[in-house]
Amino acid sequence: MIAFLRNTWRGLTSMRTALTLLFLLALAAMPGALLPQLSLNAAKVDEYVAQRGWWGQLLLKLGFFEVYATPWFAAIYLLLFTSLVGCLLPRTFEYFKQMRAKPVLTPRNLSRMPHHAQAELDVTPDEALARAKKAMRGWRMETGEGTVSAERGFLRETGNLVFHFALLGLLVSFALGKMFNYEGQVIVQANGGQFCNGGIFNYDQFRPGLRVDGTDLTPFCVEIGKFSAEYLDNGQPVGYKADIRYQSGDDLVSNTWKPYTLQVNHPLRTEGDRLYLLGHGYTPTFTVTFPNGEKRTQGIQWLPTDQLTLASEGATKFDPPGVTDSETRRKSQIAVTGLLAPTPLLHGNILNSKFPALNNPMVAVDVYRGDLGVDDGRGQSIFSIDQKMVEQGRLAKVARKNLALGEEIALDDGTKVRFDAVNDWVSLQVSHDPTQGYVLAFAILIILGLGVSLTVKRRRVWVRATRLDDGRTLVEVGGLARTDQAGYGEEFTRLARAVLNEEKS
Amino acid sequence: MPVDETLATYSDWLYRSALGVYLFAVLLYAVEQAFARAPRRAMAGAGGPDVLTDAPKSELTKAERIGRMGAAMTVLGAVLHLGSLVMRGLSAGRAPWGNMYEYMSLLCLAAVVTWIVLMAKFPIRRLGAFVLTPILVLLFLGGTVLYAESAPVQPALRSYWLVIHVSVISISSGMLLIPGVTSILYLLKDTNSERFPKLPSADVLDRMSYRTTVLAFPLFTAGIILGAIWAEAAWGRFWGWDPKETVAFVSWVVYAAYLHARATAGWRGRRAAWINIAGFALNVFNLFFINLVTSGLHSYAGL
Ligand code: HEM
Repeated sequence: MIAFLRNTWRGLTSMRTALTLLFLLALAAMPGALLPQLSLNAAKVDEYVAQRGWWGQLLLKLGFFEVYATPWFAAIYLLLFTSLVGCLLPRTFEYFKQMRAKPVLTPRNLSRMPHHAQAELDVTPDEALARAKKAMRGWRMETGEGTVSAERGFLRETGNLVFHFALLGLLVSFALGKMFNYEGQVIVQANGGQFCNGGIFNYDQFRPGLRVDGTDLTPFCVEIGKFSAEYLDNGQPVGYKADIRYQSGDDLVSNTWKPYTLQVNHPLRTEGDRLYLLGHGYTPTFTVTFPNGEKRTQGIQWLPTDQLTLASEGATKFDPPGVTDSETRRKSQIAVTGLLAPTPLLHGNILNSKFPALNNPMVAVDVYRGDLGVDDGRGQSIFSIDQKMVEQGRLAKVARKNLALGEEIALDDGTKVRFDAVNDWVSLQVSHDPTQGYVLAFAILIILGLGVSLTVKRRRVWVRATRLDDGRTLVEVGGLARTDQAGYGEEFTRLARAVLNEEKS
Repeated sequence: MPVDETLATYSDWLYRSALGVYLFAVLLYAVEQAFARAPRRAMAGAGGPDVLTDAPKSELTKAERIGRMGAAMTVLGAVLHLGSLVMRGLSAGRAPWGNMYEYMSLLCLAAVVTWIVLMAKFPIRRLGAFVLTPILVLLFLGGTVLYAESAPVQPALRSYWLVIHVSVISISSGMLLIPGVTSILYLLKDTNSERFPKLPSADVLDRMSYRTTVLAFPLFTAGIILGAIWAEAAWGRFWGWDPKETVAFVSWVVYAAYLHARATAGWRGRRAAWINIAGFALNVFNLFFINLVTSGLHSYAGL
């Protein structure tokens, strides 16, 4: 049993296994790049699965659409991790042992070394060795009987260990981050809209880490002021920016607001959380004047359907005022749906947008009246009406028209719908990852360790001086690079020249 | 900030002339390769010096002289190439690697410069045709299929991290092209030394691949990490398994495997060479397939 465990452990920590695991990791990560992934685009996954039939279902069951969350990916990752720990421990002991060890004794036959040179000199062996020591200043040296052995480049091992330990640290930090991070997205109206990081329900979308239940999010609030965007002539955006005010930490208690300019690439960092400006769109405001003269004004974000022109679609929904009877109420709810064109382009009556900025915006609206179906408990999209209600005849289109700002449309019962204004909205993302600082620190160590371990060469030089019968001295120099011979030649040649003083043998 | 059309035009001219000059260099190298005799001296063995000094002038054969012209043409091409990138940058008022065309151009320049440095260190000038040909293909594809007019970049790319991350990644990928090619040559030579008498010894090819990879790999690592730093500021997370990130990670793992293979008995030599080739193939795959076919967050203006 012990033997089995020991053999398993040995097998797992051998370099060959590490290699195999590295390949497995590479192979296992690939589907994530080639197949749509749930975490990136769930709609695409649905489409993909639907198109492939049983094959898609199989892939779905095996986790191919969430590769990095599957047990098999985790298994490879953990095995590699174990293998790494297993090979680092003994190497660390070895490292400290070697750090104190003396350079290896001079081998008997130096001419067998990969690098070798020799000469007969008119000096005594002691003089020759002294010269050798001078040439190798800075090397770790050990003098023996008529020989010197020297070693250099131990830093390579240091770099290598730093690299592997940093890799370990990075993997651990990354995994911990996945436990305790969260990420949420929300749309907020510009010019006064507020968002507070108080709980999951304040978000439109929220992705918690495995150990996050959303009960203690970092408290902070933001208020969005003016949003501005700059575009090239072809509609390509050049820059977005939102002036915001925020409060966090003690400012929440004292109710002080601090200003900040939120831009793409310039998130707000506060209390360990980050707030990002992801994108923007438009919110048309409509006022409905009901037959009894009462007015209701609503503005809710519409969704850009064309990223280049920001043509947007949505549904602004109204409840009739002062109606207590739910039956009547459900007969007279109103939805204004259609297309918003920030810069209108008209082909006859067909409205489209030709530019993303606001220049006399227009809407093409379809007004629906009837039962919106918002009371049946199922959530419905804020961007559209429930088509089932339309199919069942419980919601009917009662008017259609293109409206410029300030224009209105009258319904058959005297209700009027006016297009008042357009406001900007911004989509924000809040991200929290307590370990990303550690990940960065380990990443930097990885580069440093790698740089050192791949550029420093561990190499040895031996010099032996032997008195010859004719009174001269035979000086031999041998060299060996521990890991890779490449590049050692120049240095060895230089050293050998210094030791042998260029005398021809 | 309007685009300076004149400079943009100069940039395009320089690009085309660089291509022409490289093509000429390939022809010269090919002539040298075809007419040169197989090396008489044994190439540097494990114990020999790394650098073989060129034979004295008087010994220069006609083929060698043509090869030297090829080398000179390569340097000239690189200068024109550099000029084209600089003009691009000046014309758009930003770092000239904001879309795939420019990225490819920088990558190829890095590969050419790496090759020039290697030519100075190893007796491998005659391999120029093998190395420059894939570079020419990439440059040609870059200048036709991927070509984009000089223009400012979109908001997500307006960051100094663009300057750092993309340049480091493209330079290191360019450097990695060289060991990709020399590893293929290594496999040829190692398989049948007799059939390819004019290739340098397998040992020289192997060492060249290793040394270039070892220089490029830390740079590549740094490039990925810089990308993560940028992603944290631009997309809200430093790592999100975006297709491009994923393939970069995979090819990083493959190059790490290459380094390990070189230190593992039974994996040195042929297997290591295959791994290196796989690493470069992944980089090319990332460049074309992932950029053009899948849609991730990595957006490039103009394509
Ligand atoms: C993701 C996992 C790993 C990566 C990316 C990695 C990376 C590296 C790199 C870049 C080197 C430098 C190679 C060189 O000096 O020529 C190296 C060396 C080494 N690695 Fe790893 N390593 C990993 C895992 C492991 C594991 C699991 C083991 C143990 C089984 C291991 C053992 C070694 C050894 C012994 C060396 C020294 C080889 C030498 O000095 O040439 N590595 N590693």
